[in-house]
This record gives sequence, C-alpha cells and structure tokens, in this order.
Amino acid sequence: MRLVRLVLTRVAFYLFVTLVAAFFALPMLWLVLTPFNPRGTLAVEIPSPATMANFRLVFANAFAMRALLNSAILGIGGMLITTLVATLAAYALSRTDVPGRDFLIYALILFSSVVTGTAAMVPIFLLIFYLGLIDTLLGVILVFTGGLLPTAIFIMRDFVEGIPRSYEESALVSGATPRQMFQDVVAPLVQPGMMVVAIWAFVHVWGAFLIPFILLRSPTSMPASVAIYSFYTEAGTPIITLTSSYALLFALPVLVLYLLVNWRYGFRFFGGIKR
Amino acid sequence: MARIMLENVTRRFGLVIAVDNVSLPIIDGEFFALLGPSGCGKTTTLRLIAGLEVPTAGRVHIGDRDVTGLPPRERDVAMVFQDYALYPHMTILDNVGYPLKVRGVGRREIRERVGEVAGFLQIAELLERRPAQLSGGQQQRAAVARAVVHKPQVFLFDEPLSNLDAKLRLEARGFLKHLQHELGITTVYVTHDQAEALALADRIAIMNQGRIIQVGTPLEVYRRPQTTFVAGFIGNPPMNLVPCRLEVGVEAAHLVGTTFRLDLTSLRDRLALTLRDDEEVILGIRPEHLTFCGQGDPFAIPAETYAIQPLGAECVVILLVDSTTLSVRLFTGEPPQQTGRVWVGVNPERILVYRKSGELVLG
Ligand SMILES: Nc1ncnc2c1ncn2[C@@H]1O[C@H](COP(=O)(O)OP(=O)(O)OP(=O)(O)O)[C@@H](O)[C@H]1O
Ligand SMILES: [Mg+2]
Repeated sequence: MRLVRLVLTRVAFYLFVTLVAAFFALPMLWLVLTPFNPRGTLAVEIPSPATMANFRLVFANAFAMRALLNSAILGIGGMLITTLVATLAAYALSRTDVPGRDFLIYALILFSSVVTGTAAMVPIFLLIFYLGLIDTLLGVILVFTGGLLPTAIFIMRDFVEGIPRSYEESALVSGATPRQMFQDVVAPLVQPGMMVVAIWAFVHVWGAFLIPFILLRSPTSMPASVAIYSFYTEAGTPIITLTSSYALLFALPVLVLYLLVNWRYGFRFFGGIKR
Repeated sequence: MARIMLENVTRRFGLVIAVDNVSLPIIDGEFFALLGPSGCGKTTTLRLIAGLEVPTAGRVHIGDRDVTGLPPRERDVAMVFQDYALYPHMTILDNVGYPLKVRGVGRREIRERVGEVAGFLQIAELLERRPAQLSGGQQQRAAVARAVVHKPQVFLFDEPLSNLDAKLRLEARGFLKHLQHELGITTVYVTHDQAEALALADRIAIMNQGRIIQVGTPLEVYRRPQTTFVAGFIGNPPMNLVPCRLEVGVEAAHLVGTTFRLDLTSLRDRLALTLRDDEEVILGIRPEHLTFCGQGDPFAIPAETYAIQPLGAECVVILLVDSTTLSVRLFTGEPPQQTGRVWVGVNPERILVYRKSGELVLG
C-alpha cells in the first residue's frame, strides 16, 4: 500500500514536471521550427518541406541587417563600459572605508530601476537632448551604463569581497605596485564575476526596446529590437515567417555568448586558500 | 640583513589601541618572536613593520632607513601569512617567482632562481601544480619559498604553523629554525604558542593589550617573568601563582597562606626593602621546583591530589591547595606513591614574589 502510494506520488510529480517543462519549451520549439516553415503559423509543426527562403528575405533587408550591427555595437559597448567601471568601483568600495557605502549602493540600485524604466523617460530624453547625443549610439550606451551600473557594482562587490585581502597584501609585500597587484592578482580572481556582469549587461542592452526606440531617430541607427517591426504589415500584424526568422537571428548571439562563457569559465571558482 | 627599530609606535583603530607606544630594537640577524594572547596586537605590529599599516604615532626603521611612510615594496621585506596567501590561479612556479617578476627579472632567470629555492625547500617536483593541489605542509614551504626567493632584508612570519597538524608543526619548527640559521636573515615571528616562541626565538617579546610586557631570551623570560601575566603565559603547565600574605618582623619573614606558613627569613632584608609587613603578595613557583616531601619539612605545603597526568618522560600532578591549584612536575615519569592528602616542598631558592598588582619584586 505504502509502495503504491510512493510510486503514484512519484508518477504524479514527474507528470507535473513534464507539463511545466513542455509549457516553457513550446515557445522555444516554435522559435526554432517556424523560421524554416514556408507557411507562417502560430502552431508548433515540423516544417515540410523545410526552406531557407525566409532567411533569404530577411538577409536581403539591409535595414534589418544594419540593425543587428547596431545592436551589437550597443550591447558590446554597454557591456564593456559597465563591466570595467563596475569592477573598479566595486573594488574601491570594498577595499576602502566609505561611510554609509551600503546605504549608497542600495539607494543607487533603487534609483537605477527608475533610470532604465519608463518613469524617467522624459528627463532622460531631455538630458540626452541637451548633451547633443540624441540619435547617437553613444547616448543609448551611456543611459544603459548608468542604469546597469549600481546592480553591476553590487554583484561585483560580492565577488571582490570573496577574495581574501591577504592575496593583495602578499603581492604588495612581494614588491608589486598597486597596479601590478590589481592586474596580476585581483583581476584574474574576479574574472568569473566580470563574466557574469558582462553577459548580464549584454543581454540587458541587446534585448531592450524602449530606450533605443525613444533616443534614436534615424532608421540607420535603430537596433534589432526596434527593427523587428519592419517585418510587420502596414496594418500592424506581424509577417510570421519573417519575424520568426529575424527573432531566431536575434536570439542566437545571446545563446552563443552564454555557451561560450559556460564552456570557457563554467562559472566555477578556483578554490585555494586554507582556512 | 638589517636591524629593525620601532620607536614609540602606536596604532589606533577608532577607539581600539591595537599597538600602544611600542619601542623595540630588533638586532641584525636575530630570530625575534612576538608572543601574546589573541587580540594583543601582534599581527598589527608585524604589519607596521611590513608597511601594510601606518602608525598613528612613532617611527619605524629598517636598517639605517626611516621607512615610516614608505609603501611595502620599498622596504625590502618578505612576509609569510597565516593563510599562506598563495595565489590560487597561478602555478607554484609563478607564485614563488612573483617577487622576481614584479622586479622585472626575466623568465629564464626566474625559472633558475625558483628552481634553486625549490630544491632547497624540497618542493621542486611541485612547481607545475596549483596551490589547491598541495598539502598544508607543502603550501607552507611554497609560501616560505616565495618569501626567500628575492633575498629580502627582513623576514616576517604571522603564525605560519597554526594551520598545520601537531606532528607537521613540530617538523616545520625545526625546518624554520634551521632555515633562519642558514640564511641569517633578521626574522620577526608572531605566535600565540609559547612553546613555539621558546623553541625558535633568540629573543622573545611578550605582548598584552598592545603593550610589550617583557623582552628577553627564552631562558630569561622563563626563569624570571617580570609580571604574573608573563608567568602565567609561559611554560606548560604555567607557573603556579599562589596568593598569600607577607609577614616581615625585625628578624624573621614568613609567607602565610590559609594552610601554610613558609619561612623566608633568609630573604628578610630583601623583602623588607620593597614590601610592607602584612602586604598581600603572590608566590610564584614553577611546577618543576615543587617536590613531594614529609610533613616536617619547613617549606612544605599541605595539599590534596586532584589529577595525575603521566606524560611518558615526566608526570604532571595537579594538587588542590585550598581553592587554588598547584601543578607539580616530576621528571621520573613515575606517578607519585601517595595520593589523597600529601605534602609538597617548595624549593626556596626558586621562589618568586610578586606584588598583588602583578610586578616581580623578588626573584
Ligand atoms: N583593521 C582593523 N580595524 C579595526 N580594529 C582592528 C583592525 N586590525 C586589528 N584591530 C584590532 O586591534 C587589536 C589587535 O589586533 P591584532 O590582529 O594585531 O591581534 P593579534 O595579536 O594578531 O591577535 P590574534 O592572535 O588573534 O591574531 C584587536 O583588538 C583587533 O580587533
Ligand atoms: Mg594575528
């Protein structure tokens, strides 16, 4: 009796898990299958016959291709600045006694969700306008950097604080200058953290719609998240064959980036110090 | 090689005075131990010498230079940290070679010199490994190798043996002493283990609450502890400290406890010089200067056996005298015949007398 119940709960559990998994997997499956389907459909179906025609059309659209490049510039730019500045700031915040630094960081995190959100759109637009950065990729990158930095610093600080100070002190006593110490000891040890922040920042900028949509005017500077609307009909309905193909292209870099970092770093840490 | 001078050095952290007006001359080439209980300021003193802390007041000299304001890299010192601080992302070769690398030494020469040191410290086969793949003892030797590789003027150790197990610790002790002797580099060694300090050091400074209480050779601090704090800290088991009262007459002098009365007439003049009649004092006597005796002995104290600890070569007996305990060390190794109510005789020549406030007045 007990055994039967045990088996039944197990079966029910796995059934439930399978259902949940399927629920989340179906859209992914759709995204992978539909671009190769000559018929645009919202159903998940194996394309027969499979075709590359959709992609050919998408590749022929110069505006959409240019948009992917713009997205890459935005994503990589935002990623580099955010990661670099966050690492240095987190290090400084963790290794010096700034009075009320925890409060400072929490307050900044709170406000940062405003910066990248809708509420501050008008002041941000005005700010960028007066800086003369409207319709420039740099303006968008700066807004994202400002919005992402507090959280990035918060994440990085955890990584920095995980490094025992004796590593740095040992380097200093060994004769290193502070700069050599940072390069040789601190930077390699926080590298996994930098990777986490980098990916997070890239994905954030890559997928963002509202800010570039508002700050960029000319079609040649639009990123992919905005350009996907060029595959809509005049009436405003998506052309499913083309949007799905473009969406797949749009999703690939993030996927590749994640796999690459996971393969290279595996988000593991070097265990080393004896306590 | 260089001497080190601390001149009235004070280091405060907010309200905490970690190092309190410390003046220490450390002689060129000596093995100097800083000994004291946890939190007494040993590590801070070491870091002040290394340049990892800046003194709130006072000056630090290494060799003939005043290094008070200089960063660590300009002091030509080397330090072995308690956790060894081997960089986990570098091989042992890169770890040990790091002080050379930052000095701009070329790769070939680094390899050569690391190889030399590694051979000497018996870690030559481990050079390609990462620190995590080394045992505790090997890590310790790698950390020492990194400290010696650039031939510094001064060696600083912060409890380098406390992470090792008991057997390895004894081995490493011998190895460190031998190494220091070979190299002749001025060494400051921080520890809270009095046996380690006695075994290793040429001279020992005992610290408490940021101050230096006593400086001396191991024998000096063992034989004549200047305060009851030092007496209670050094030796295993530490010195017996028995509160009693002094009776100084015109002719005679006696130390009076609740259950005993020791005749110190032979020391009467010296006692009368510094102490008053009827003053409360503390009697200090090492466990090895107590022996079992008969009731008639003039220096006998009645006691109750509390515990017997045979240690092989010797035997430690714990006795109860009224409310205080007395340790007796017997070098025969044989446990005593009598138990229960016994008499222990005090060797009057080995008696130390402390004021109630703790400082030594006779010994
Ligand atoms: N960076 C610091 N900030 C505040 N207080 C400190 C700091 N470093 C040390 N202290 C305080 O100074 C005192 C001495 O510390 P120190 O580390 O020198 O002791 P220690 O003798 O090495 O002790 P242990 O044997 O436990 O290592 C302690 O009370 C400690 O709390
Ligand atoms: Mg310490």
